[in-house]
Amino acid sequence: MFIGRPMIEVQNLTKRYGDFIAVDRISFSVAKGEIFGFLGPNGAGKTTTIKMLTTMLKPTEGSIRVDGFDPVRDQGAVRRTFGIVFQDPSLDEALTAFENMELHAVLYGVDPRERSRRIGKLLRFVELWDRRADFVKRFSGGMKRRLEIARALLHEPKIMFLDEPTLGLDPQTRNHIWSYIQELSRERDVTVFFTTHYMEEADRVADEIAVIDHGKIVAQGSPASLKQRVQTVSLEDAFIALTGHAIRDEEASAADHMRQVRKIWGRR
Amino acid sequence: MSAIYILWLRQLKRYFRTRIRILSSLGQPVLFLVSLGFGFGPLYQRAGAGNYLQYLVPGVIAMGVLFPAVFSGIEIIWDRQFGFLKETLVAPVSRFQIVLGRTLGGATTALIQGTLVLLICSVAGFRVGNFLLLPIAFGFMFLIALLGNSIGTAIGSILDDVQGFQLIMNFLVTPLFFFSNALFPVDGLPAPLKLLVRLNPLSYGIDGLRGGLSQVFLFGPAIDVVILGAVTALLLGVGSYLFSRIQL
Repeated sequence: MFIGRPMIEVQNLTKRYGDFIAVDRISFSVAKGEIFGFLGPNGAGKTTTIKMLTTMLKPTEGSIRVDGFDPVRDQGAVRRTFGIVFQDPSLDEALTAFENMELHAVLYGVDPRERSRRIGKLLRFVELWDRRADFVKRFSGGMKRRLEIARALLHEPKIMFLDEPTLGLDPQTRNHIWSYIQELSRERDVTVFFTTHYMEEADRVADEIAVIDHGKIVAQGSPASLKQRVQTVSLEDAFIALTGHAIRDEEASAADHMRQVRKIWGRR
Repeated sequence: MSAIYILWLRQLKRYFRTRIRILSSLGQPVLFLVSLGFGFGPLYQRAGAGNYLQYLVPGVIAMGVLFPAVFSGIEIIWDRQFGFLKETLVAPVSRFQIVLGRTLGGATTALIQGTLVLLICSVAGFRVGNFLLLPIAFGFMFLIALLGNSIGTAIGSILDDVQGFQLIMNFLVTPLFFFSNALFPVDGLPAPLKLLVRLNPLSYGIDGLRGGLSQVFLFGPAIDVVILGAVTALLLGVGSYLFSRIQL
């Protein structure tokens, strides 16, 4: 079913923290131009997997190929192939939208003569051109997310990683974001790897889905085939049928504590 | 190269955009200048040691450079928690370039702070001995800025939480300043205190700064450059190493 080499190929990937196994011998591959949804409850291992795919974390075992490169040995090559939108914002709020884009362009070595044209095109693509000179701290959550998508596309990556790209956004913005993402895959042949909890979104946009729970992939296939397998109408029901009813608690991260401190101190 | 430049530029933009921080970090040196400088001045004079303001000002300038420099190094903690650090760490740029850009940017802003303090001190009555030797003073200011920034980078790379920040300021940076030759002459100090001052790398920076501003060296310019330079280079290395080990 693949034409040529897959863009992402993962085999027996494992990440252990002491006794705790965050990701447990998972294998999958993502074809070029495919939209791949990585689904799972909180703490299932989604973000850990993305971190290993994007050179931020070293795997304990197993192998990864991103566009043919190994993220452990060939960090630089892998980093040039992908753009990423993290789960938490990663913009510099003291800079303007345009300055954030410019900084990224320089870090990724985008040709200076190309820079302004590309930034302009992408800011128009996410409908932020009119706000280019505004400080990011004045942006809403949805605007920040759109800016991050534009920024991640600036160096024309072959793969786009999106970790919960629509978390906490209103339905209008979510809709918008998914239409950008579908356009990327259709018109620019960008491979998309995303995680989400919103089942109906995955159902609508993903070509292929993997469901991960307790670090293991429990099901994989097209949205239709997953629903068929567990005899459910919606993917949401399929998800619950596959991962059970128990609610997962995640510990508050250091970032949550920091936000608290920031509120108290009123800094920035 | 361009990555270093853009990260340097980022530090400068952030500095000029938070005017409240510029003012608040001028507050402390000015407080020292006014209360100690004018408060102890008459006593110092009566003891036959000369003009205290002339002695104190290089120390006050060093304070105006050191504290903002440490702070801008420690900003890594904020960048980490508010996410921007991730953006730089997944970019195809070596960690060393990132550290270098940040450090040079932070040191540049600290140097601007020091210059502002020098201007304020001149208004308060401080006299520069020889304007031709000012570049020496600025050179030492820059070294002190690099020293402070490297300390901040090293600490910011280890701490992943802002809670430890105040602790570091109180138990590392403030003693570094007080147990130096910033506020009092070294002659006639009790032996343990004298030893502390001599072991403190900041003392050599202040000595160089004082030499550049009023031609009075205690250790001598060569010793000052060698010791401060070596310690700064060492801490830069430690800071970059710890930064390169950050995992998100």
